[in-house]
Amino acid sequence: MTNEYIVLSAILFTIGCVGVLTRRNAIVVFMCVELMLNACNLALVTFAKQHGNLDGQIAAFFVMVVAAAEVVIGLAIIMTIFRTRRSASVDDASLLKY
Amino acid sequence: MNEFIKPTVEYFELWPLLVVFGVACLGVVVEAFAPRSARYVAQVLLALGGLGAALVGVVLIARDSEVYADGAARGVLAMSGTIAVDGPTLFIWGLVLVLAIAGTMLFAERHLDGGVSAFAGQAAALPGTEAEREASTRGLDHTEVYPLLMFAVFGMMLFPAANDLLTMFVGLEVLSLPLYLLTGLARRRRLLSQEAALKYFLLGAFSSGFFLYGVALVYGYAGSMQFAAINEAVRNDTANQSLLLIGIGMLSVGLFFKVGAAPFQAWTPDVYQGAPTPVTAFMAAGTKVAAFGAMLRLFYVAFGADRWSWQPMMWVIAILTMLVGAVLAVTQTDIKRLLAYSSVAHTGFLLTGVLGVQQTSALADGELTALQAVLFYLATYGFATLGAFAVVSLVRDSGGEATALSRWAGLGKESPIVAGVFAFFLLAMAGIPLTSGFVGKLAVFSVALAAGAWPVVIAAVVASVIAAFLYIRVIKAMYFDEPVGEGPTVAYPSVLTATTIALGAAVTLMLGILPGPLLDLAALAGEFIR
Repeated sequence: MTNEYIVLSAILFTIGCVGVLTRRNAIVVFMCVELMLNACNLALVTFAKQHGNLDGQIAAFFVMVVAAAEVVIGLAIIMTIFRTRRSASVDDASLLKY
Repeated sequence: MNEFIKPTVEYFELWPLLVVFGVACLGVVVEAFAPRSARYVAQVLLALGGLGAALVGVVLIARDSEVYADGAARGVLAMSGTIAVDGPTLFIWGLVLVLAIAGTMLFAERHLDGGVSAFAGQAAALPGTEAEREASTRGLDHTEVYPLLMFAVFGMMLFPAANDLLTMFVGLEVLSLPLYLLTGLARRRRLLSQEAALKYFLLGAFSSGFFLYGVALVYGYAGSMQFAAINEAVRNDTANQSLLLIGIGMLSVGLFFKVGAAPFQAWTPDVYQGAPTPVTAFMAAGTKVAAFGAMLRLFYVAFGADRWSWQPMMWVIAILTMLVGAVLAVTQTDIKRLLAYSSVAHTGFLLTGVLGVQQTSALADGELTALQAVLFYLATYGFATLGAFAVVSLVRDSGGEATALSRWAGLGKESPIVAGVFAFFLLAMAGIPLTSGFVGKLAVFSVALAAGAWPVVIAAVVASVIAAFLYIRVIKAMYFDEPVGEGPTVAYPSVLTATTIALGAAVTLMLGILPGPLLDLAALAGEFIR
């Protein structure tokens, strides 16, 4: 019965992945990354249930902490870019190429 | 439910890790309480002292390390088996610490830009505003970069030592997050720097998402995060192979991104160009060392029994990386981007080494294992890269560093010493005899040949030839081209940068003439604890 949860986590991960690749606003891209991390959490917890040990659940806590740290740093970087350029679009930031 | 077992902490073996982490935290406290005028000296001394103490610790641990249970490896499993302090770990710790000491000295350089460091005076002030001008006239300086550097070093030490998937993920993030911030803190060309930070962060977070899903899938397959248990499952359990294979693939995406292997190399040139040059120098050398250490441990210890599944993938990635790196480097017009693509090509050479023979027992006396060859190559690459980027920070014009390749024309006349040292680093990267690069390349190519990966070695030789053309082109520009306009000027560095460049050049020369001692040291490192 845990299979459904794995499928759900794979779907969430795919939605996040496609979102990162197609959306243009840095904040939305970042939200999609967070969705991917949460899909991982769901998978970890499901596998923990399936195997009957706690490793996966503990890992999920670590992932939450890491995701929180990532939010702090990510939003700081996106905010500096927004204040400089008045835009958070990843297409506008294109000085570095070739 | 399992009974709770109180973990024991092996303080002696973990001393280098703990001292680096402690110094990083102390740096944050200094930042909060010390007066602004005292912070620079306090932070630099604290960082150098901490790194030095950790390095002494590494030497002491290496001297005392004893043979681990099964006899092939030396060291201990610390923290209930989550951190392996074995020979390869100690080698990488030592290497990362030496590179970090050199990196700290580059961070602390204040002579090149009129008494201020390469970092933004006040990162929160918008570029081109009154606030930024005020910060720069008051001579403000972000001394937070030193604690950030120390946190990154801590991550770089934890990442290759991790003996389970969760610790490895935490190490990956601790190493990456400070580097994202450091990338965005350049004093000059701040738009480029901020853009580089944004790109590095978004792509890095994306790739660590893949890494984490790989962790979840491999955990789902093996029922444990410990590498030894995963290895056990790979040997005995043939059910759910698809979970394992997809998991390996996704973990590889995360690791290949960190080392900058094609097709995940797109961030490398942008970030290397946009980041402040001291950060680029440290990051290019340190991240690659740490990430290759982690990659070797993951693939050899956890997935060693499933070699036939991942080796074909590694063949393709290695060939692709070398050719993409070498060919795109030829088309570059910016010296930092050029070095970035050259580092992509070096990633490919290192991956060639990863394909080599793993077991000492499969080799005749005196032959290298893949692990030893890769460790040696990492040392040669790390010092040459650090030195080359340190030289880049010296060549300047009125707008800061002159990174356009056209501005480097005639450097040989302007400053024969700087041009000569840079040419030496380039020759080392090209793998010319009497430099460390030659011995390193020879080592990785021969282990790959011994394992029968001859198509990869042929591609590596072709890529080396293409890359050699590129390095020679830069040398020609420096010595034989007429300078455009005024030509470049060479800033006179303080003893900090000079020492770093001298260290890089000395190690590169020594390893080219006398590679024996370091090869012996790599051989002493032995194997991973399995």
